[in-house]
Amino acid sequence: QFSTGGSNRSAIWLDTGIHSREWITQATGIWTANKIAKEYGQDPSVTAILDSMDIFFEIVTNPDGFAFTHSSNRMWRKTRSINPGSHCVGVDPNRNWDAGFGGSGSSSNPCSETYRGPYAHSEREVKAIVDFIRGHGNMKSVISIHSYSQMLLFPYGYKRAPAPNYQELNELAKKAVSNLAAVYGTKYTYGSVVDTIYMADGTTIDWAYDNGVKYSFTFELRDTGRYGFLLPSTQIIPTATETWPALLDIMVHVLEHPY
Amino acid sequence: DIDDVGHKYHLELVLEDVLDKDSTVNCTAEVLYHLGNKNIAPAVQFTIEGELKNTDEADNIFYSRIKSLEKELVAENIPDSHGSVSPEMEPIRLLAQVASGYVIWQNSTENTKFQLAQIKHVKQVKRSDDCLEFDYMILLHEMVSQEIIPWQMTVLWHPQHGVQVTQDSCQPKHALE
Repeated sequence: QFSTGGSNRSAIWLDTGIHSREWITQATGIWTANKIAKEYGQDPSVTAILDSMDIFFEIVTNPDGFAFTHSSNRMWRKTRSINPGSHCVGVDPNRNWDAGFGGSGSSSNPCSETYRGPYAHSEREVKAIVDFIRGHGNMKSVISIHSYSQMLLFPYGYKRAPAPNYQELNELAKKAVSNLAAVYGTKYTYGSVVDTIYMADGTTIDWAYDNGVKYSFTFELRDTGRYGFLLPSTQIIPTATETWPALLDIMVHVLEHPY
Repeated sequence: DIDDVGHKYHLELVLEDVLDKDSTVNCTAEVLYHLGNKNIAPAVQFTIEGELKNTDEADNIFYSRIKSLEKELVAENIPDSHGSVSPEMEPIRLLAQVASGYVIWQNSTENTKFQLAQIKHVKQVKRSDDCLEFDYMILLHEMVSQEIIPWQMTVLWHPQHGVQVTQDSCQPKHALE
């Protein structure tokens, strides 16, 4: 938690590493956390944000999966939950949220990489965040960071109907992506999850959005497939560096549009 | 939409040399996904504007190096967990990318998006002729399902004859753990 005081201030939630094989995200998370702390008192935007809002940042959102990518299978995506009656392990934590849960954008097969789980919020990693955000009651933005594809996405993934503030989210995404590209020329596409990537239900940002968090975004960081999940560690700092202005754009917009 | 035939896509694209970002070539292509039998690869026709770079020198250096190895090349996990590829393995990786392109083409539908995720294992196979032969076990990442699919492929290469995949087969998922 990044806070300069106050009591239950409006807040922004950030998470990385919900899919354990997306190693660029946890690494970017650490760099970004340090950047937030470093820039308070230096950068006017960061200072303005933290003077009236809190930031919550979960770096290793899927710890069991992350440990497994180190010990056994670098390509592991899901949690490490035992699935009764199946030899297959794990639930996709980004299909386990209670938003459009159980649709065609997730799988009912425990052996699948997009297995939704036995019921919404069955995964402790997901339930912990759900309880936290609900309990907090004043979360104004949820930004969930993934890789790879170079995209900035907003709701919905579980239905084709545009989100009520589609225009605003789309404009903000366009601006953020442009500022990201300005750093090293990295091109991102942007749009709703369903239009830009694929149908996906039970996702983090759809749940957040349907629970009143108007500014919900998912980043898909570098690259577009040349290295994919095995992005060279030499690209950690460049990736975090270029993503920072995009994150800042979103956070400043949240600050300047209280609701 | 072509009734009773399938879906045809007309594409205009730019090819970029992965080894030289400033080297680009325009390309137009037509891709036809067949209705019905999904086991047929999509039909592809393309034209390239201009010429691709000449790579004879680098090809011959790699060819000579492998030919002069005392023991057959064996390697695994390219790139490694941290995305690193040793300079000696870089051509092996590039060869796998080209060869996996063929495998991907043969197995693509309108609902798939495959990428080469990693080379799990590669083993050179001695040949009596001039060609180099490599037996690869690769991991393909399919974007829509998010699945990691192990795939075996036998790849032949010669500087003048190009790349050929002589055999390939999808492996069971548990071939991994």
